[in-house]
Amino acid sequence: MLKTFKMGGVHPEENKFAENSRIETIDAPELMYVMLNQNLGAPSVAIVKKGDTVKTGQLIAKGEVFISANVHSPVSGTVEKIDSWTDASGYRKPVIIIKKEGDVWDDGIDTSDSLVKEISASKEEIVELVKASGIVGLGGATFPTHVKLMVPQGKKAEYLIINAVECEPYLTADHRVMLEKGHEVMVGIQVLMKALDVSKALVGIENNKPEAISHLTKIASSYPGITVQGLKVKYPQGAEKQLIKALINREVPSGKLPIEVGCVVQNVGTALAVYEAVQKRKPLIERVVTVTGKNVKKPSNFMVRVGTPISLLLEKAGGIPDGTGKIVNGGPMMGKAIPNTDIPVTKGTSGILLMTNKEAARVKEYNCIRCGRCTTVCPMGLEPFLLGLAGENLNWEIAEKERSMDCIECGSCQYTCPSGRPLLDNIRLCKLKVGQIIRNRNK
Amino acid sequence: MNMLTISGSPHVHARGDASKIMRIVILALLPAMVGSFILFGLGAVQVFLVSVLSCIVFEYLIQKFLLKGKSTIGDGSAIITGMLLAFNVPSNLPIWIMIIGALVAIGVGKMSFGGLGKNPFNPALVGRVFLLISWPVQMTSWPKPLSSAGGLTDVVTGPTPLGILKESDGFAQAMSNTNMPDYISMLWGNMGGSVGEVSAILLLLGAIIMLATRVITWHIPVSFLAGAVLFSGALWLSDSTYYADPVFHLLTGGMMLGVFFMATDMVTSPMNPVGMLIFGFMCGLLTILIRVFGAYPEGVSFAILIMNAFVPLLNKIKPKRFGEVVNNG
Ligand code: SF4
Ligand code: SF4
Repeated sequence: MLKTFKMGGVHPEENKFAENSRIETIDAPELMYVMLNQNLGAPSVAIVKKGDTVKTGQLIAKGEVFISANVHSPVSGTVEKIDSWTDASGYRKPVIIIKKEGDVWDDGIDTSDSLVKEISASKEEIVELVKASGIVGLGGATFPTHVKLMVPQGKKAEYLIINAVECEPYLTADHRVMLEKGHEVMVGIQVLMKALDVSKALVGIENNKPEAISHLTKIASSYPGITVQGLKVKYPQGAEKQLIKALINREVPSGKLPIEVGCVVQNVGTALAVYEAVQKRKPLIERVVTVTGKNVKKPSNFMVRVGTPISLLLEKAGGIPDGTGKIVNGGPMMGKAIPNTDIPVTKGTSGILLMTNKEAARVKEYNCIRCGRCTTVCPMGLEPFLLGLAGENLNWEIAEKERSMDCIECGSCQYTCPSGRPLLDNIRLCKLKVGQIIRNRNK
Repeated sequence: MNMLTISGSPHVHARGDASKIMRIVILALLPAMVGSFILFGLGAVQVFLVSVLSCIVFEYLIQKFLLKGKSTIGDGSAIITGMLLAFNVPSNLPIWIMIIGALVAIGVGKMSFGGLGKNPFNPALVGRVFLLISWPVQMTSWPKPLSSAGGLTDVVTGPTPLGILKESDGFAQAMSNTNMPDYISMLWGNMGGSVGEVSAILLLLGAIIMLATRVITWHIPVSFLAGAVLFSGALWLSDSTYYADPVFHLLTGGMMLGVFFMATDMVTSPMNPVGMLIFGFMCGLLTILIRVFGAYPEGVSFAILIMNAFVPLLNKIKPKRFGEVVNNG
C-alpha cells in the first residue's frame, strides 16, 4: 500500500498536459516588472532609484524585517521607474521597472552548468546565503526560506521533508525540475539538511510521476540520508500538514507549525534555488513556470526571469486560445484568477492556467442539500457547510468556534459540493474576520 | 481580448451536481415503479401520474406565488417526493386524496420550511402519515397484486402480511392464514401493500444503483437493517411461535423502501457517519417496536419520522479534527 494522508481529500482530473515538455528558457523582454511584494510577510524596500544601472543578480530591494525577502535584478540595464503595477492579487503594488541592456551578471555569480557537489559553506553561512539570495517557498506560498531554517529555541528538527507532490492538477514545473535538475535538487537538499542539522530527508512524490520517482530514487543512493517516497495520488497532499501525515504519520497540532513535530517542509523547487544560492552564489531571479490549459497549443514549462510579463509566456505557448474565459495564476484548486496578462511572473508563480469560458463558469447553485460531502472531503476535519453558513450569516462566533482558522483553503469542499455552494468564498471571509477578532483580543 | 472571469478558487468542480443526484435517485426508483405497474396495473399508473404531477405543480405554484423565488422544479426533488409518495399509498387511492397528499407533502412537508434542503422531515412521509391519519379506511384498503392489474375499479382487496399478523394471535397462527403469501412471493412483491413497497427485489436493484453511484453510503441502510434484525431476532428467539422472524419483517411493510429510499434522504438524515449509524439503528429498533407493540401494523414511516426529529441533535456530533488528538507515533 502506498502511503497517503487519511482524512478527507479529493481526486480532481490531473490534466498534466505539459509533463513531457522539456524546460525551455525564455529570454527576458525589454521591460521587466519586478514586484516588491513577492514574498509572504513585509514587502521589500527598494534600494535603487530611477536611472541607476544594475547588473543581473544585483540586490535592488531589501527585506528589512525578519519575515521579508531580498529582491535582485533579473536582468542588467537601467532602472526605468519605481512605480506601482497590478499583480496577481488584482491590486496595484510597488514595482521596480527595469529596462534591459544585455545580460551582464553581478560579480561572484557562477553561471556555468557544472554541478558543485562539495558543500563548503557552514551552517550559519548557508542560512545567511539563503537569506541574502531572497529565497522564498516556490510552491506558491512564498514564505521566506531563511525563516524556516532558523529552528526556534527549544525545538529540534528531525526530518527535512521535501514537497515534490505537485498535487495541483495541470502543474508540471516541479516534475520537470526533478527530471532535468535531479542532481542539483539533491545537492540542494543536502545543503538544507546541513543548515537544519538533520540526518534524514524525505522526498514525497505522488505516484502519477513514476519517472521522477525512479530517477530520484536512483540518484538518491549517492546522497546519504535522502529517501524518496512514492505517495498515492490525493489532493491536497502538497499541503504541509497533510504531507507530514502521509510521510511519517505525525499530526501537526492545530495552530502550530511543522517544527512542533520535528519537521521542516521545503518545496522541491526551493531546494533547487537553495543549491543555486549556496553552491553557485546565484540569487533567486528565475524559476520554472508551467503554461497550460485544455486548449493551449503548446503546453510548456518555461525557465523565466522573475518580472517577465506573463503575456510573453502565453505567446511562447502558442497564444491565448479563442474562448479563454479565465486565466489562473497557479493551479485550478488554489490559484488566483488574474485580471489581465500584463501581470509579471513573481517568485511564487508556479503556473499559468488558461481556462475556457465553459470551464470557468461555476456550477449552478442550489440550496445546501445536507449531503455532508464537504465534511467527508475536508482534510482538516472541519464542517465546511457550517463555516459557509457562518460566513453567510456574518456569525463570527460560530466561525471561530468551528475552527475556521484551521482551514487550509484547499478548496476540496467547494470542489465537491453538489449544490455549488460558494463555501470557500465564505470561509475566507470567516478567516479574515476571525483573524481580526483574535488579533484585537490579544492586543 | 474578451473579459476575464475573476472568482475565488477552486476554479474546477467535481462532475455532477444536486440535480444529477436527483436524476440518479429517480432512475433508482424506476425498476420498482415499473414493477408496480405490472403488479397493480392501471391503478398504480394513475396514482403515479397524479402524485408526481401534483407535486410538481404545487411546488411551482408555491415557489412562484408564496415564496416568490425562482422556479425550483428543475432540481428534480419534487419528482422524487411525488414518486415516493405514490410508492407509499394503495393503488386504488381516490385521485382527490392523492392530490391532497401531494399538497401536504410539498406544501407542509417541504415548502413551508423554505424548500429544498431546509425541511426537517421527509416530505413524502409527512404526506403519507397525514393521509393515513385522515383517511385510514382508504389508506388501508389494499388491492391484491396481479388480480387487480386489469382495471381501475372493482379491484379485489385483501390484507397486508403485517395486517394479518396484527389480527392474528401470534406469528404461527398468522402464517397458517390462507391469505398469507409465502416468502418467495413477498420477495417479488406478490402481496397486498402500497404501490411501490411490495417488491423487495426491485427496490434492492434501485438500492444497488444508488450505492454504486455513491448517491447514498452504506451507513444508514446497514445500521437500519441491523437494528431491525437484532430486535426482531431477539423477540423471535424468545418465542418463535408468537413473534415473527426477522426475514418476515424485512420482506414486509415497506421495509426495503424505508431502508434504502426514505431513511437515506440526504436532507433529513444525519451528515456524519456516526450520526448515520445511530440514526439507522434507531430507525430499525423503532420500526420493530411500533410493529410489534404499537397500534399500527407497520412502523417504518413513523420510525423514520421520529428519527428525522433527532437529526439536528445527531448533526452535533463533530468529525475528528485534524491536529486535535495528537498521535505522533
Ligand atoms: S474547509 Fe478549508 S480545509 Fe476544509 S475542504 Fe474546505 S477549503 Fe479545504
Ligand atoms: S457538500 Fe454542499 S450540499 Fe452537501 S452538505 Fe456540504 S454545503 Fe451542503
